[in-house]
Amino acid sequence: MRKLTLTVLSAASVIAALALSGCATGDQALSGGDAGGSPGEEIVIGSADFSESQLIATIYSLALQDAGVEVREQFNIGSREVYIAALQDGSIDLIPEYSGALLKHFDPESKASTSEDVVDELSDALPEGIEMYDISEAQDKDILAVTEDTATQYDLETISDLEPVASELILGGPAEWVTRVNGVVGLRDVYGLEFKEFVSLDAGGPLTMTALLNGQIQVADVFSTDPALTANNLVALEDDKSLFAAENIVPVIASAKSSDTVQETLDAVSAALTTDALIEMNGKAAEGTSLGEIAREWLDSAGL
Amino acid sequence: MTLLEWLTDPANWTGPGGIPVQIAYQLFYTFLSLAIASVIAIPLGIFIGFTGKGEAIVAGSANALRALPTLGLLILLFLVLAPWIAGQLVFVVPTIIVLVLLAIPPILTGTYTGIQSADEAAVDAARGMGYTRTQILWRVQMPCALPLLISGLRGSTLQVVSTATVAAYVGLQGLGRYIIDGRAQADFAQMAGGALLVALLALALELLFSILGRVLVSPGLRRTTRRRRPQPTDTATAALTTLTAAR
Repeated sequence: MRKLTLTVLSAASVIAALALSGCATGDQALSGGDAGGSPGEEIVIGSADFSESQLIATIYSLALQDAGVEVREQFNIGSREVYIAALQDGSIDLIPEYSGALLKHFDPESKASTSEDVVDELSDALPEGIEMYDISEAQDKDILAVTEDTATQYDLETISDLEPVASELILGGPAEWVTRVNGVVGLRDVYGLEFKEFVSLDAGGPLTMTALLNGQIQVADVFSTDPALTANNLVALEDDKSLFAAENIVPVIASAKSSDTVQETLDAVSAALTTDALIEMNGKAAEGTSLGEIAREWLDSAGL
Repeated sequence: MTLLEWLTDPANWTGPGGIPVQIAYQLFYTFLSLAIASVIAIPLGIFIGFTGKGEAIVAGSANALRALPTLGLLILLFLVLAPWIAGQLVFVVPTIIVLVLLAIPPILTGTYTGIQSADEAAVDAARGMGYTRTQILWRVQMPCALPLLISGLRGSTLQVVSTATVAAYVGLQGLGRYIIDGRAQADFAQMAGGALLVALLALALELLFSILGRVLVSPGLRRTTRRRRPQPTDTATAALTTLTAAR
């Protein structure tokens, strides 16, 4: 009998603890300092949970350190839904972003698709306390990719071509795609696509790529700067209804931590960064070279 | 949305992604893994306990298994096995393998230590009554080993039911879906709800095992009865104990 009482008691305490902590979570994502910058002088640099974001964050970090700015790295945070909340509550101060996806995050209704339109709308859409610097010409878009065989079999060139066959195909992507406009929601609302199933894997990472190449999923969300695209003869379906906007790389920073030195340094990085350089660096990262090494090498070659 | 709102929202309790369905998936992964692990670990444990052979090697490697990081192994297995397994099974097989590896050590250890620690006096008595070695194993040592075997199974179940959340990492269902999706979508009520449900499910299984132990184990072997036994009940036993101790 004692064991039973013990079990019931421990159940009760677990429920109580979780209910209490759960009630507190409400709207605030992460608790931290006041909105607009962490306390102290150092700049906390964050990144998303995929390798390219960590690479660009590493480049920012090294460039800022070279310019004598004190930084702290807080990488691999998670999806945009999580790290933007962290930026807003001051847990992090700076993060490399993708212009189109960030705009859709703040304004899901936005129709902007060219780099210029996206930047114009984004600077208005950014909430108070957060600002962006110059965009880079380097872009990395979400694309829907299929294997060459799948493309031939169903005669696919554009995302619209998927409409009659989507119900036979399985889509793979990151878990946040389920609720995102530039994800499953937009594919349904804009293109009218209802896939047979959505499998939550990773954001353009090895799980998604492996599952696509081995046929466990037929359509995958991958990144346009992934060297595996050309290496495996994958077909990137054309986004004929512009669901996925221009995705220029742009540093987003808490206004409280913005300064001339930081802006000059990061603008110089953005000006030097190109899409081809990203593809090349992603290739090296996939081969296992450390991100610090890749970032340093690129900074040296760009003369920064 | 708060945790309570998430838990009480009827929309979360229905449909293909609803809480009952995800609990069913969680239990399916758990019991499938436990069944496979039992089929491997119980006979192996009986063999080791009965013959005393291979204890060092098997026990050593079983303990080494415990140190394997489940999530890392899961992703590695997925990447390695993907070219060899067609269709959706590729997500299931690596998940079940890592859970089986997690479940084996406690069951194995419970079985062989249970058999080895069977009361010497009982084994001697059985031998004196003319039992063969196999009869001793099945009629004396196995029933004596049952409490430890069940506690091994129970340990495995608790570990597996909570670790089965990793299934969601490779696109499968189960309660881990809420935890991983909740994190990705910044829906922290969903995330906490998923964690709470896993904890409750583990406690429910714990309860089930304590009932199971009560039903299956012979009354003479229950720990509670054994704990009371050392007190001598009458003067004769007391005298005997003192005599044995004095000699």
